[in-house]
Amino acid sequence: MKIKLTVNGKKYERDASESKNLLHFIREDLGLTGTKEGCGAGECGACTVIMNGKTVNSCLVLAVEADGATIQTVEGEAKNGKLSKLQTAFKANHAVQCGFCTAGMLMSSRALLNKNPKPTVDEIKHAIEGNFCRCTGYTQIIEAVQDASGQLKKKGGLKRA
Amino acid sequence: MLDTIPSKDLKHIGKAVERDDAIEKLTGQALYTGDLEFTGMLHAKLLRSPYARAKIKSIDISKAQKLPGVHAVLTGKDLHYRVGLYLVDKHIMAKHITRHFGEAVAAVAAETPEIAQKAVELIKVEYEELTPFLDATKVFDKDVPLVHPDLGRYSYIKEVFTPVPGTNIANHTKLRKGDVEEGFRKSDYIFEREYTNPNVQHVPMETHIAIGKWDIGDRITIYTSAQSPFTVRNLFSFSFGISHSNIRVITPYVGGGFGGKAGIGLEPLVCCLSKAAGGRHVKLQATREEEFSLLPCRSGLTYRIKTGVKKNGKIIAQKMTMFWDAGAYADYAVNVTRASGFSASGPYEIENAWVDAYSVYTNKPFGTAYRGFGHVEFSWGVERQMNYIADQLSIDPFEFRKINAIKPGSKTMTGEVITDHSGNVTKCMETVAKAINYGKLTAGEKAREQKTGMKIGKSVVALHKAPAMPSMTGTVVVLKLNEDASVTVNHALTEIGMGTYTSLRQIIAEVLKWPVERIRIPIENDTDRDPYDWQTVASKGLLLSGNAAILAAQDLLDKCYDIAAQALRAMKCDLDHDAEKVFIRHKQESFITFKQMSVGYAYPNGNAICGPVIAVGRYIAQGLTNLDKENSQGYPAIDWTYGAHGVITEVNPKTGAFNVIKVASAYDVGRVINEESVRGQAIGGMIQGLGTAMCEGYIYNKDGKLLNPSFTDNKIPTALDMPEEIECFAVETPQVDGPFGARGVGEHSMIAVCGGVGNAIEKAVGVDLTHMPIRAEDVWKALQKKSEGQGKKLKAKKK
Repeated sequence: MKIKLTVNGKKYERDASESKNLLHFIREDLGLTGTKEGCGAGECGACTVIMNGKTVNSCLVLAVEADGATIQTVEGEAKNGKLSKLQTAFKANHAVQCGFCTAGMLMSSRALLNKNPKPTVDEIKHAIEGNFCRCTGYTQIIEAVQDASGQLKKKGGLKRA
Repeated sequence: MLDTIPSKDLKHIGKAVERDDAIEKLTGQALYTGDLEFTGMLHAKLLRSPYARAKIKSIDISKAQKLPGVHAVLTGKDLHYRVGLYLVDKHIMAKHITRHFGEAVAAVAAETPEIAQKAVELIKVEYEELTPFLDATKVFDKDVPLVHPDLGRYSYIKEVFTPVPGTNIANHTKLRKGDVEEGFRKSDYIFEREYTNPNVQHVPMETHIAIGKWDIGDRITIYTSAQSPFTVRNLFSFSFGISHSNIRVITPYVGGGFGGKAGIGLEPLVCCLSKAAGGRHVKLQATREEEFSLLPCRSGLTYRIKTGVKKNGKIIAQKMTMFWDAGAYADYAVNVTRASGFSASGPYEIENAWVDAYSVYTNKPFGTAYRGFGHVEFSWGVERQMNYIADQLSIDPFEFRKINAIKPGSKTMTGEVITDHSGNVTKCMETVAKAINYGKLTAGEKAREQKTGMKIGKSVVALHKAPAMPSMTGTVVVLKLNEDASVTVNHALTEIGMGTYTSLRQIIAEVLKWPVERIRIPIENDTDRDPYDWQTVASKGLLLSGNAAILAAQDLLDKCYDIAAQALRAMKCDLDHDAEKVFIRHKQESFITFKQMSVGYAYPNGNAICGPVIAVGRYIAQGLTNLDKENSQGYPAIDWTYGAHGVITEVNPKTGAFNVIKVASAYDVGRVINEESVRGQAIGGMIQGLGTAMCEGYIYNKDGKLLNPSFTDNKIPTALDMPEEIECFAVETPQVDGPFGARGVGEHSMIAVCGGVGNAIEKAVGVDLTHMPIRAEDVWKALQKKSEGQGKKLKAKKK
């Protein structure tokens, strides 16, 4: 089936098989491999993208369901070759380790900040609850989102005993 | 090395330098193995065993072979190679018999994953189900099924391991220190208890994946999500009899490992498929379900501890018996048994110690290295035992730990004497005790109890671990000076997320006195390009690679000084340098820049000298010995990292539901190299430890079928499972032979979290827990036992 969609501001028109999910469509047909597959079952959030303003697990959406949709992936976060404020905050706060959850984590954080520019820690936790991260223990990610929204007053930091 | 320089004199060390790989990862530009495509690449899918143990009577692949788009179909019968790390016991796919649920039985390579999957579904296998061996503690029962009847014929590393043919024992580690029976005779009290842990999955967010190409002419290229490219190469060479020089292993960005990717995994299979398909690239990515049951997990442990203690609280004898549920293949599990065997007491001095640690083959998915390498599991038993004994003796458990804590002059279980430079576990404990107001409830905590009806409990637990590695573990760092006086570093420790590359950049920059930005370490590793490194495991990377980095940086300066001495007609001893140039100290207008000498220095008339600058730093662990196989005495540890957690929990005394309110952790890291990396490791490991403590674990049915191989029923902690408050401390007792005094801390944060949670729950509501993980229903059950009087405190029993 022929579908039309906008991804990261660019319009695409492609043939998509009825059985292909959006994750594989984005990765294989559009060549945007920043979005990762962690479980293929909608549990881990690694494949999170923003579809029509809301986060979805792209492994649970059929490509044909995205016909007419506007989508943002991790590749759309930096603009004109410059990291966004959110990305810069992730970098500055060591919110990245292995990086495999990072794309999904950024998209959940982006969708949150679009709706709620000054989220509380609790709101950040709920927004990224569906994104598993096995490396960081989440703290530095939460600090990054606080930092990006101008709310990080004092970091916990490593204390010298 | 350079451990005596005061921190205030260091420019880069100790700072929160940003990670060099962050931009690629934050923009989706970082290429992981799964993102790679090659012209003509095929995709593989697997057929796996539905039985824990079954005879393969026949496999019919004829329909699968005929499916258009299929290029190769292989079964175990076609593959005559065995693979193994320490004990060579595994076929590439099940051959004649399956040994665990989920084991690969047949594999297909086809033009698309969909065709490969369809072909897999066309393969017909006839099995004869056999009785599995599932309970490691029954290893000494008579007439149990043998998982490996051929154990006596397998090759293995004889200096280190002791398999017992005719049984299911893949390795028996014996430790004997002092006279344990005499110790028990002198004890005032003896306590004997048992603690258990299930299998647990590592859960790297990126599942195992490999792309293999086996050319006609037997040259092999492998792209893989592995922690240890040189170990993949070495084991591949051993199994297939192909020269190391003809095997190239490339690790692109790796999406987490935690030990599960430390050895060899899917690489042999994709290469065999490639060979069968005429040398095309073949890609195989494990599904999440395959990650749980085809690929290795953490061994289960049943730990029996018998402790003899004096009235004053000093432990004087301990007999420890470990039944490690290694699963169907030995992999790293035999070495987990060895390494946990020599540390099994925790960071406490035991004058008379006796350990029997058994790696037991069972018909379950097999165990391997997992962050902490056995210490998370035995620490659960040790830390519960410490609290139990303290309680029975009416001594505060924190005081009891301090009485027995290892300190300068103490002898470890293998007879090594601890020195002032070995690290300070007591300081770690005192730091976290203070951070949680140990021993009392604050006014705020009392008010919270009143308001919520929950009961608050606090605990302090301690931990230790040394790298488990061969006595001759070595590494190399190569620095190549570029035309603009930047440096490209070649090194094969794999950056699987922990941030060591950033620390190495800081170390090199510190020695060179250059900005960190001029030091670049490419994230991808390539055995054809990079110099040898043993493995990315064991929290040994920072120490060994850090020292090699210091030596490489010193070598670079030495070579640059040679060039400058020649070019400036000066003695080397009169030279000094800054970030840009080498100059004569007493005549500073005489200098040459690093740029000028980078690829060979040319005099004004065009004459050239010296050639491009390349520097090498080699470092190897020194003074380590194989342990005596009869008593495990010797020197296995290059360094010990000590630590402690202070845990506050609140528990609903009716339902058993509980929350972790706070975890404060302290580690003696020797010297902080990158403070945000240390913190990232500290918090990340602690949360992973909470997963092990609170929710993760394999559940099998009575036939050995894994019932929860998915995130639906085997979840890891999410952001909502975090403690309300987390605090991290670094203690800095310099390690004399550590880079700038540093030692590793990658695994330690995960150790002892379980004991901390269990002990805090016990303190809150008085229940006795001996099995991990602790789910709310386990606390509820323990509360019921308590109300029935079963969990009552025993009077300290005189022997």
